[in-house]
Amino acid sequence: MAKTTAMESIVLERRDFSLLLQGIAQAGYRIFGPKIDSGALIYGELSSAADLPLGWGDLQEGGSFRLQRRDDEALFGYAVGQQSWKQFLLVPKVRLWQAETGEDRFHAFQMLEEARQASIPPFAFVGVRPCDLHAIAIQDKICMAENYPDSEYLLRRKDNFVVAVNCAQPCGTCFCASMGTGPKASSGYDLALTEILEKGRHYFLVEVGTERGSKIVDQVKHEWAADAEKEAAERILKEAAGHMGRTMDTTDIKELLYGNLEHPRWDEVALRCLSCGNCTLVCPTCFCVEVEDFTSLDGKRAERIRSWYSCFTMDHSYIHGGSVRATTKSRYRQWMTHKLATWIDQFGMSGCVGCGRCITWCPVGIDITEEANAIRRGQPGGGAPIPAKG
Amino acid sequence: MPSAEVNREAGHPSPRKGRDMETIEPIIREHPFFQGIKSDYIKLILGCASNVRFNQGEFLLREGEEAHQFFVLRHGKVAVQLYVPGRGPIVIQTLDEGEVLGWSWLISPYQARFDVQAIELTRAIAFDGKCLRAKCEEDHDFGYELMKRFSTIMVKRLEAARVQLLDVYGKDTGKTNPDQR
Amino acid sequence: MAKTPERQIQTRDSSVEPMQPVPFRVERVKRETYDTFTQQLIPMNGKGRFPFAAGQFNMLYVFGVGEVPISISGDPGDAGKLVHTIREVGIVTRALRKLARGEVLGVRGPFGGCWPLEEAAGNDLVIMAGGIGLAPLRPVLYQVFSQREKFGKVFLLYGARTPGDLLYKRELEKWRVRADLEVHVTVDQAAGGWQGNVGVVTTLLSKAHFDPINTLAMICGPEVMMRFAILELRNRGLGPQTIHISMERNMKCGIGLCGHCQFGPHFICKDGPIFRVDRIQDLFAKREI
Repeated sequence: MAKTTAMESIVLERRDFSLLLQGIAQAGYRIFGPKIDSGALIYGELSSAADLPLGWGDLQEGGSFRLQRRDDEALFGYAVGQQSWKQFLLVPKVRLWQAETGEDRFHAFQMLEEARQASIPPFAFVGVRPCDLHAIAIQDKICMAENYPDSEYLLRRKDNFVVAVNCAQPCGTCFCASMGTGPKASSGYDLALTEILEKGRHYFLVEVGTERGSKIVDQVKHEWAADAEKEAAERILKEAAGHMGRTMDTTDIKELLYGNLEHPRWDEVALRCLSCGNCTLVCPTCFCVEVEDFTSLDGKRAERIRSWYSCFTMDHSYIHGGSVRATTKSRYRQWMTHKLATWIDQFGMSGCVGCGRCITWCPVGIDITEEANAIRRGQPGGGAPIPAKG
Repeated sequence: MPSAEVNREAGHPSPRKGRDMETIEPIIREHPFFQGIKSDYIKLILGCASNVRFNQGEFLLREGEEAHQFFVLRHGKVAVQLYVPGRGPIVIQTLDEGEVLGWSWLISPYQARFDVQAIELTRAIAFDGKCLRAKCEEDHDFGYELMKRFSTIMVKRLEAARVQLLDVYGKDTGKTNPDQR
Repeated sequence: MAKTPERQIQTRDSSVEPMQPVPFRVERVKRETYDTFTQQLIPMNGKGRFPFAAGQFNMLYVFGVGEVPISISGDPGDAGKLVHTIREVGIVTRALRKLARGEVLGVRGPFGGCWPLEEAAGNDLVIMAGGIGLAPLRPVLYQVFSQREKFGKVFLLYGARTPGDLLYKRELEKWRVRADLEVHVTVDQAAGGWQGNVGVVTTLLSKAHFDPINTLAMICGPEVMMRFAILELRNRGLGPQTIHISMERNMKCGIGLCGHCQFGPHFICKDGPIFRVDRIQDLFAKREI
């Protein structure tokens, strides 16, 4: 994917924003971005800028998400909804291959790559938050690994056009600043926007990340960014970084969790966790999938389907006769230690991007930052913090 | 079927009783089971020891009978068995060269719990339990030394038996909850 | 807690989609015990080779039924035949058992790392197998035989449930009489006629006289058995960096993408299934990891 090129920032006025989307569409991309649908903030197909959630904001807390009207007309005035971009890349369900019996018992085949490519036009993502940008980079590393690249993911990712939008307004459960993933996008985008509404003016500061992005932007009326405008953007993002809803101390977090696998806090959180798996569904980096074989009733055709899965199911760790992780405690511990600790050993980076979705969408409001902090403080059930042991 | 009734002082004693002490003493001194026991006690033990031989098929111990011997196997192989009606004799464990067999003589009611049958020609040193028990009562320090050693053996056997109980090679390895079987 | 694979074998044909099974034909089936059988496969076109390293596994697919991971139990030196020893424990393995000579199944692989035979060169080798665990270790024996001069004393310690559950009975007899291999076998339980050893497989260690300073151990069997075997080997003076075990977890993809087989930071399918004990001993002791 793109790496930042040292190009000048430009300014795009609000009234010209829809031209940007038109330019992307004309370049042959299918555009996906945030929209409101049945009272929910989702990522769906955009036909124009009018589809964006103009004037909407969000109020998020542990176990709670509410849309609320803003008093301005910001296009990107909220943090993130329950969906992430992985639904377009590591799709929820895909058929890996189908087979039918021939004279020699069976012959497996896949849809030809050219045919598949034709049916999947290149995607453009508009409104990718910096946390989600990091999440995409993390999933790139996993799904496009050298040894076994995932062809389904590759197909959807290789021509992906990304318009990132920096976060001016973090929500109650955001902690990207703690994870070093935001609120400003640093790399991995074609264009990165910061929406600025001040002194009666509504405009976007656009940082161009790639040649491809530059070509698109060149078709739309724009000006070089003035210093005052760059400073305005910087100010907004600095303020955002200081207004995170949550914080997590990530110092030596891998060693902290590896060394506390039997901490009593796990028993405590297990009392609250419903093992529902919501966190794994909304998490933008969770990648566990189930691989299932199906057959037609007449036994002549078979297919293999890959679909999203969760380590919170009993099935996930099932081996002849029983599950290795039979208790909720062990499954919660698996999820959290994987996300924050073992992920680092596996992929060289944390699995958590600080988007806060798992906190917002947990029905009982379990907070990953609170759990990590509690283990660090050494307290099983909260209470007065004790000095951290060395 | 087991061979003819065995002499109740089990085993065929060595005919050369006098020379026995010469052969037995170095064996006892060097055997890991007796390691660290002081010389006086070795002499006590020697006084209760004799060389014995079991032909293939003969029994060293029989379930339910009074147990008044223990053995240090020098050569051969014995099978610790339990007879289960409908299934026949089930071998729970085999012991061979160097192993110590028999502790029922030490613990009341001094009764053998299992059959022990020689499945190969077996030579062993037999120790008179009644004699040793009396000496343990007289000299508690001596008794403690023997107790220490026998309890180590019992613990090892118990641990092994527990793992055998798990039936790890069985098909339902994962299911510890009987309701899940 | 290094997650780097011990030895990554790139013998898989990378032009084949890793999730797509390649058809193979059943050439021979041999019944080993009442619930275990050995199946020999050949490629569909009758020729072609399937190179693999001792310790690797394949995902075997029965059309329309499902797929299971099975260790390769054949001779790495004979890549024209693909051999697996399979225990019938569920729907797919039952379907595998029902396949007759000439029928077709799907193979994906080989996946996973291998037993450290290069590292073992120059040392005594203790091979401990429990139950079906002998299957992924048999390729090691074949490889040792083909380059016997590279190793010191080699011991095979094998435990099964009952005498009827012993695998490769005829081969075991042949191995017993080899001068360059010391074989000890035990069972957990036997009927009166059994003349061999009865007791847990760890009791066989006292019969194997190896030099703990220059010995490498390879263990495969139920996890409980491996835990006790490691303890006993440590008591005999082996360091944890010289003991290797083969782990097992729920596997679906075999290529480290589905996430099911994770054991701490390790993906059993691609970082294992063979692990050096010092690299996983902290995890091994923890429950429900």
